[in-house]
Amino acid sequence: MTFDQFIQNLANGISLGSLYALIAIGYTMVYGILRLINFAHGDIVMLGAYVAFYGVVMFMLPWWVAFPLAIILTAGIGVIIERAAYRPLRSFPRINLFTSAVAVSFLLENLGNVIFGGRPKAFERPAFMDIALQIGEASVLSYTPIIIVTAAILFAILIYIVNRTKVGMAMRALSKDIETTGLMGINTDRIIMFSFMLGSALAAAGGILWAIKFPQINPLMGVMPGLKAFIAAVLGGIGNITGAMLGGFLLGVVEIMIVAFFPDLSGYRDAFAYVILILLLLFRPTGIMGEVQAEKV
Amino acid sequence: MKISRNTLLTLGALIIFAGFLYVAQNMFNTYILRIINLCAIYSIFAITFNLIYGYTGQFSLGHAGFAAVGAYVAALLTMSAQQKEANFFLTPIVPALATMQWPFLFAIIAAGLLAALVGSLIAWPALRLRGDYLAIATLGFSEIIRVLLVNMQPVTNGALGLKGIPPYTNLFWSWGCVVITLFVIKRLTNTSYGRALRAIRDDEVAAEALGVQLARHKLMAFAVSAFFVGVAGALMANLISTIDPKVFLFFLTYQIVGITVMGGMGSLTGSTIAACLYTIFLEVLRPIESPFTIGNLHVPGVPGMRMVLFSILLLIVILFYRHGLMGTREFSWDRLFEFFRGKKKASPLTNSEGEQE
Amino acid sequence: MSLLKLEEVTKKFGGLTAVKNFSTELAPRELCALIGPNGSGKTTIFNMITGIYVPTQGKISFNGKEITAKRPDIITGYGIARTFQNIRLFQGLNVVENVMLGQHLHLHSNPVEATLNLPGYVREEKRMRLEGMRLLESLGMAQLAHDEPSALPYGQQRKLEIARALATQPRLLLLDEPAAGMSPADSEELMIFIRHILQTFDLSIFLIEHQMRVVMGICPRIIVIDQGEQIAEGTPEEIQNNNRVIEAYLGVADYA
Repeated sequence: MTFDQFIQNLANGISLGSLYALIAIGYTMVYGILRLINFAHGDIVMLGAYVAFYGVVMFMLPWWVAFPLAIILTAGIGVIIERAAYRPLRSFPRINLFTSAVAVSFLLENLGNVIFGGRPKAFERPAFMDIALQIGEASVLSYTPIIIVTAAILFAILIYIVNRTKVGMAMRALSKDIETTGLMGINTDRIIMFSFMLGSALAAAGGILWAIKFPQINPLMGVMPGLKAFIAAVLGGIGNITGAMLGGFLLGVVEIMIVAFFPDLSGYRDAFAYVILILLLLFRPTGIMGEVQAEKV
Repeated sequence: MKISRNTLLTLGALIIFAGFLYVAQNMFNTYILRIINLCAIYSIFAITFNLIYGYTGQFSLGHAGFAAVGAYVAALLTMSAQQKEANFFLTPIVPALATMQWPFLFAIIAAGLLAALVGSLIAWPALRLRGDYLAIATLGFSEIIRVLLVNMQPVTNGALGLKGIPPYTNLFWSWGCVVITLFVIKRLTNTSYGRALRAIRDDEVAAEALGVQLARHKLMAFAVSAFFVGVAGALMANLISTIDPKVFLFFLTYQIVGITVMGGMGSLTGSTIAACLYTIFLEVLRPIESPFTIGNLHVPGVPGMRMVLFSILLLIVILFYRHGLMGTREFSWDRLFEFFRGKKKASPLTNSEGEQE
Repeated sequence: MSLLKLEEVTKKFGGLTAVKNFSTELAPRELCALIGPNGSGKTTIFNMITGIYVPTQGKISFNGKEITAKRPDIITGYGIARTFQNIRLFQGLNVVENVMLGQHLHLHSNPVEATLNLPGYVREEKRMRLEGMRLLESLGMAQLAHDEPSALPYGQQRKLEIARALATQPRLLLLDEPAAGMSPADSEELMIFIRHILQTFDLSIFLIEHQMRVVMGICPRIIVIDQGEQIAEGTPEEIQNNNRVIEAYLGVADYA
């Protein structure tokens, strides 16, 4: 492999990784607070992409209106799902919550099938994202750096919210101990709602960027990115936001690089993530950044 | 040993059921037979998930993978040499498998055993993980199995799948396997080993402190569970006669989890009932996906609508009927009589251990 | 020969030393109490003896055999049983089944024999149930045998945990704060019960208590630890008059 090809693959890996990372944050925030693997999160990604698609195609909105609007609407849907399907089950065994997430995921996918149609739709990227850029000998289309930069900006906003604002502090407190935080006079319901909103907004952004990178959207498009992002969240240490970003980038780059270096293995591409995951779980069960929690006996 | 009224009733019910199967097998068309067979297969899936999660508390999402192993083993062992040759036109099949053809019974057993072996292999490292981490790892294993199926062309024919698997599965095979599965798992859960499994579910630390070998017991639960999932996979392959890796997406596992929760976690008979209801429900709703006319009104079919309704139903059950159809209760004759005498217990959720027949 | 022997056992959690160079021995049929203020490392010592924690340093032997870092179920098989500070009964099993689970490790039939209900297993099952009922009877709990553990009053739950531990046929019984949360009258009764166990079963008892008053009457030997280190050992009188104990422990506890 030439150096230029390497750069090309690296750019590709980082942009894929930043998408995984965007989606992984929602998983990790929800898990950190509710200990729920929100399997419907991947379908939020799909919704984001579709809402943006319809905004542009059906309502003729310019992309800079349609995309933010899609993010806001999808965030709202995330909040509704939390309110309707998760909040009533909070005090129940976790399997109920998990099954509820699975049911919501089914519902979104099949509603997508019914409303949007099962056939893939072509997502047109705005023209300025299709410009070929020369980096040395390598050439990348402009959407690759745009994805990376957009994701970076969103990460910066998120980190600011989590670390510097009051609501962010409450979120961190909640993930440590939900009951005590409630006793401190914090409205835990509202903070949980906010977390879902934030996570869904990032997932929607991830969905739109995903559709820009892979411009074919279908109602099941969120499943694979969702699972991969979840793995990324576990890799980084589930519940840990920085870890989720790290895990996302790592997974994206590794996936692309393994295929780049060992083309024979490309058929196994979807298995890499799981193999990495299982190995990591066996040797460091709490992920890269996760804290080791000893059980009190 | 005395034969109690309840044992007699059970025997009677089994004989009547066998009679029904006999009549059904000869009377109904293939479409209805297929549905009744699918009820049985999903029952086994749900019962085994109940063993691994409802009884042992191990959140394993590997069912689709175990079923895939069983299905492929049975398919490859029952297909004739010509069928295999017709299937493997891109990559020839490995010579060892090319002419191998076994009777269905042995194929089913082999399917179960290999699935159990895979289940144990997966369980062995997974034993170190708990709760959600176990769930993710087993889901991962299941997906790895699927990716392997796609890539091992000389054995599995890759993404093309296998077509023309002999349709050996009939009601006797499928429901016979349900009865055996129910019997074995019910018996197992009533033994001291079953108590140990429940103890592990309730409190792993305390169970281990009382001398329960965690690894051995979990391994047992995984192996038994995977064995019957493999059997169900075999039945499925020889029922639908065409399989490919896509049949065994983790979507299948989710369905199984949904069915089990709907039937009641910890209730084996609940799993069976929910599996039948689920399968029948999906079929009954099939017409709404094809165009139909009511009076003068022409309604175009909406593909996917059935699954929308199913997901809504599942959500309703989870949200408003949180312990499922049966809770942790099992079907018992005493309960049935009580029900008809109108002497329903005040608390519907008391555990019925000890009062079964 | 001593039954249990701890030599220079140390446990560190990260930078925190929970137990430091702790050594002691227990003779067969001995009743010994381990007391100390909250967080002094008592339960950590129990967790190391029963294999839940691996000691950072030191050696633990039981009956002449080294058991350091062995798995909890294996240690239980050697003859050490325990109860937990926060009651850990199996809610999915009824009272007698909880006790029967304690006998599970002595089961000879394999899962296949058990599932097929072969005569050998039927015999064993019957024996386990009988033994379980006998244990419950000796504790005056036979009439509760088919109740759910959560339906029992608090004191009975603690007793059930002890019965369950006894079912493993231990030679050493570790009781972690058996009187926690009990009224003075109840804890007095419990102490009498513990003495009764000691006399009826051929075993030693190592007992953690938070309040010294509770153990004074029945334990001939008391070990006091504070901040992970042993600060005194002796008869109740000696402990009561020990300056270091008074300083570290009695001054802050609710000892009246």
